[in-house]
Amino acid sequence: MVRTVGFYTLSLVRGLGDFALFTAESFRSVIGSRKLAHRVMRAAFEQGVRCLPVILIVGVFTGLVLGLQGYHVLNRFGSESLLGALVSLSLVRELGPVLAALMLVGQAGSALAAELGIQRNSEQIAALETMGVSSHGYLVTPRLLAALVVYPMQTALFVSIGLFGGWLSGSILLGLEPGVYWSSVERAVEPDDVMECFIKAAVFGLLTVALCCYYGFNAHRCKSATGARAVSASTTRAVVLSCVVVLAADYAITSFLM
Amino acid sequence: MSDAVPALFLDVRGVTKRFGDNVVLAGANLEVPRGKVITVLGRSGTGKSVFLKCLAGIVRPDEGMICFDGRQLDADDPKARAEFRRRCSFLFQSNALFDSLTALENVSLPLEQTTDLSAVEVRERSMEALKQLELEAHAERYPSQLSGGMQKRLALARAIVTRPELVLFDEPTAGLDPLRRNAVFEMIVKYQRQFGFTAVIVTHDVAEVLVISDVVALLDGGVMRFAGTPESFAASTDPMVCDFRDSAAALNLSISNLRQNGVSSSLQS
Repeated sequence: MVRTVGFYTLSLVRGLGDFALFTAESFRSVIGSRKLAHRVMRAAFEQGVRCLPVILIVGVFTGLVLGLQGYHVLNRFGSESLLGALVSLSLVRELGPVLAALMLVGQAGSALAAELGIQRNSEQIAALETMGVSSHGYLVTPRLLAALVVYPMQTALFVSIGLFGGWLSGSILLGLEPGVYWSSVERAVEPDDVMECFIKAAVFGLLTVALCCYYGFNAHRCKSATGARAVSASTTRAVVLSCVVVLAADYAITSFLM
Repeated sequence: MSDAVPALFLDVRGVTKRFGDNVVLAGANLEVPRGKVITVLGRSGTGKSVFLKCLAGIVRPDEGMICFDGRQLDADDPKARAEFRRRCSFLFQSNALFDSLTALENVSLPLEQTTDLSAVEVRERSMEALKQLELEAHAERYPSQLSGGMQKRLALARAIVTRPELVLFDEPTAGLDPLRRNAVFEMIVKYQRQFGFTAVIVTHDVAEVLVISDVVALLDGGVMRFAGTPESFAASTDPMVCDFRDSAAALNLSISNLRQNGVSSSLQS
């Protein structure tokens, strides 16, 4: 029993250390990395533009549901005028960064882990190393830097669309005065809330992209499978762990900033 | 410090590599003279590719020493390793081409990432390499749109575009028909003569090796059982060398026996 606990604890510590070194090496590779801006733009396109539809769709439906539920709950207390505050604070403080990050993990993170895993399997990463090209600098660094910009932008878009969804259900479908809704939004959201939203988005972006890159990059070290199955297992692990990390980090950041 | 050029371009001493309990290399040695073609032969699974990957630094040996141009390549000496990588290229058995990049982008990549050449110069040099390998018409195609032989040539173009002094070839003819195999060996020798690089080739193709190599080595049981000229390889009476060298004749004899005596009697013997 003690041996098993010790084994898993050591594995966890070793894994965390390895992940920290991987991320540090990726940031260190900014120095001396050539044509970095071009590759950051490309990574931003992959993470941003390709994820746009899912962000828009999930954002609008989240706002619609929040507006619908919020209106009926507030109506019981005669406080429908606070619908804008409810929708905006829910989106800005919690749902926006968390749901946008989960959508980005599902769309871009999984693709990223699978792509790197395949590149590892087909020796493309080894080829980079033999050419004297930093594989971290070429493959991971641009994606990490892009995530620091794309995640906050996508979150801002998600929140904006969500507010629009809230207005749609609250005002257009349920008859709340639009001016009441938007003035409630305006009064409720403070600059600190927006800052918290962007901090969360950037941290989630960094953590999830680093995790997806880490698992894809190290697909060959997967103990449970080899070849294509190792890529599949690494991708699954990257996505599941990223989702858990988003929720855990959300709690940690919220308790720190509260 | 002496400015004399070391006689050996690559000097490998006692390289050992284990994967768990499996000892793949058990103290392999190899002396590689400058500007020559050296071939490492060996049966499948004897660790030829691992040996080559140890040389390239993709796999870290557990023990042993590798000296490149008189300087020891040490994991703790990143400058020596970087210098080695700048002067060395590796041609993978699987080609390891970037499938999301075009042929031109594949060839340009090492120049873009490791040199200070301008974009125009990079393009010119890359197109020149593609032209030399008769691939200029396919510059904008992706590797998946090229045939197996073209992919091999593209990988070679990428390997030589940086004008390396040492090129490591990991089974460059694996899976190719005899005509394409000859074409690849011809191509290697042609560019080796043209650019004067030192070539270390890992392969199974004994007949071709005797024609193109300056030095032939035989890896077996994790150590080099033989290293010498193709003539001495052809004349060697070492049983291991004979087994490998005369494998075609042995197969011929075995098949003749099967035909003469029937399958059962041959199996009994």
